[in-house]
Amino acid sequence: MRTSTRRWASPRTLTALGAGRVVAASSRALRRGSGEVVGGKAMLALQPRLLAKLAANRTIVIVSGTNGKTTTTRLVAAALGTRGPVASNVGGANMTAGVATALAAKPRDAAAVLEVDELYLPAVASLVRPRLVVLLNITRDQLDRSNETRRIAGLWRALGEQLPGATVVANADDPLVAWAAFGFERRTWVSAGQRWQLDATVCPACGGLLIRGEGDWRCTSCDLRRPEPSVVAVRHDLIDLAGRSWPVKLALPGLVNTGNAALALAAATDLGAPVAPALAAISQVGDVQGRYRKIELGGRVARLLLAKNPAGWLEMLELLDEAPPRPVVIHFHARIADGRDPSWIWDVPLERLAGRDVHVSGERAEDVGVRLAYVGVPCTLHSDPADAAAACAGNGTVDVLATYTAFRELLLATVEEPA
Amino acid sequence: MTAVRRAAGARAARSSALRIASVFPELLGTYGDSGNATILAARSSWRGQPAEVVTVPAGEPVPRHCDLYLLGGGEDEPQVLAAAGVGAGGSLAAAVGAGAVLFAVCAGLQIVGTSFPGADGNVHSGAGIVDLVTTPGATRAVGDLVVDPRPEVGLDVLYGYENHRGRTSLGAGLAPLGTVRRGIGNGAGQRLAVGPRGLTGGDLEGVWAVCGDGLVVGTYLHGPVLAQNPQLADRLLDEAVGGLPPVSSDDPRAAAADRAATALRAARARQTSRG
Repeated sequence: MRTSTRRWASPRTLTALGAGRVVAASSRALRRGSGEVVGGKAMLALQPRLLAKLAANRTIVIVSGTNGKTTTTRLVAAALGTRGPVASNVGGANMTAGVATALAAKPRDAAAVLEVDELYLPAVASLVRPRLVVLLNITRDQLDRSNETRRIAGLWRALGEQLPGATVVANADDPLVAWAAFGFERRTWVSAGQRWQLDATVCPACGGLLIRGEGDWRCTSCDLRRPEPSVVAVRHDLIDLAGRSWPVKLALPGLVNTGNAALALAAATDLGAPVAPALAAISQVGDVQGRYRKIELGGRVARLLLAKNPAGWLEMLELLDEAPPRPVVIHFHARIADGRDPSWIWDVPLERLAGRDVHVSGERAEDVGVRLAYVGVPCTLHSDPADAAAACAGNGTVDVLATYTAFRELLLATVEEPA
Repeated sequence: MTAVRRAAGARAARSSALRIASVFPELLGTYGDSGNATILAARSSWRGQPAEVVTVPAGEPVPRHCDLYLLGGGEDEPQVLAAAGVGAGGSLAAAVGAGAVLFAVCAGLQIVGTSFPGADGNVHSGAGIVDLVTTPGATRAVGDLVVDPRPEVGLDVLYGYENHRGRTSLGAGLAPLGTVRRGIGNGAGQRLAVGPRGLTGGDLEGVWAVCGDGLVVGTYLHGPVLAQNPQLADRLLDEAVGGLPPVSSDDPRAAAADRAATALRAARARQTSRG
């Protein structure tokens, strides 16, 4: 057992950690941000082997996927938190620097639950050697990246060979994820659902046509088919590894989060956490990095919903239907982090907004305007999201659907000017 | 060079519904391509011609009886699978030869030609409906694409986005849809000389090819390109069925769509003239 930091780290590592703290604190003091990324970058510049060093001899879980990474990371961290301290990149900084910052936090032998970007997963995982990897889903995110989905699945599948003995907790309902997870030695399959299916129509193994049935899928040309799940999300119930059924009442809205909770529960129980307290901790997680947060916008109470790609939009439209219809603001950008090509809005069934009072803002508001016109949903365009919210009918809560950078913009504005 | 327009009345006005075939949307629908079928059907009905969208699922034969066929964009592997189905039985080529209009976007443009490169490094056969060949480029062409249609095509500037690695050469006697104002387009080094009305020449974009009694229009303006270019949608409808009146201004949905498109085109003009 170590008694002081001097005995576990080289002077170089200690210098790197100190520098990272100073840089991160400066960033916060200058109100540039949380400092997670710049602090991590400073540390890695001084000690390139920092990730491997900080990750040695501790239990590490990595969460990756196109949608639900930040939320599921929080759920796993909450579930494991019932057993002891947990380190996590709670700010959503999910590339190498953010992971370094999370691992550098004390105590340095705490279990760590790390959100990692889909494309960075192999690089980060090969350094931190996770005991368990949670794979959520793979869908189109940025259309201007090409062949993105199949490429990511291939990278993940190859990772399995580099991590002998690691367990993968994978969504069996997503063919790309399942094919990738077959690359790992130990597998726990979870039925977490896949409402959006247009990105997995062709078999990742052989290029043949996939056929999908009620909760099932298989390839028409090769042996690939949906593996039998051992943990299942059935609407608002979870069935655990032992076959027991647990009613779930999450603080988070939406059926999509029941699926995320199933994956989190499977991960935590695989690492030895008892089901009941883990599920209780998962259920209490509310606001995750502003998702579903209520803010003040244009004099109205506005609920923030992140909808950054077609799969995410579909889940959010489903979630809107769970409550009586509210006015909707769509705040829409197509910056680099959103993908510069907004063509995908034509794949989103926006006719489901019919009957709501719809207002649109953002740099690509006009693209949304045309889309809505062709499905017969009247809308009004605004140059500013606050004007859009202010123009909404009635005086109740407004739901705001925002793309990635548009969401960040609304969230940052509220942090700087607390209501 | 082939005539831009077929003889007037190649297609007469009709009482039955216009049939718009969305071909293999699960394979050729990566970039919101379903929008083009939605837009064509809506505009047809706003012009007094009822229309229905016939979805042709992957794995099923392409039907012969439709008036307007749509081929969209796709990733490499689905494109290979789709090309085999599009060429099978020759029914699409036969329908075009008999007077149908084929609108082929991005991967669809490559599929209607004689060959294209696959992700596996092999050359794959296209449906061979039009004499064009696609070879791999050194880099991907990704970004805004702005096209000046050839004067004979009679359309305003076309706005859109492109995302492809293929470089497409048109066979002798084939005419493009237009020339590139911004972006890459066909990208095979073929150029159009300065036009007869003082129009600047430039690199070729797409194809506009009369095939028998039918017409093939292809472009790298990908995905729901008709959203930004309703004039092109109306032109495709005119080619598929003659004698349609303009969109009715009495229909509130049509009026809203045209207002929205005008706003979008103004925004695209601003956005694509920067940097």
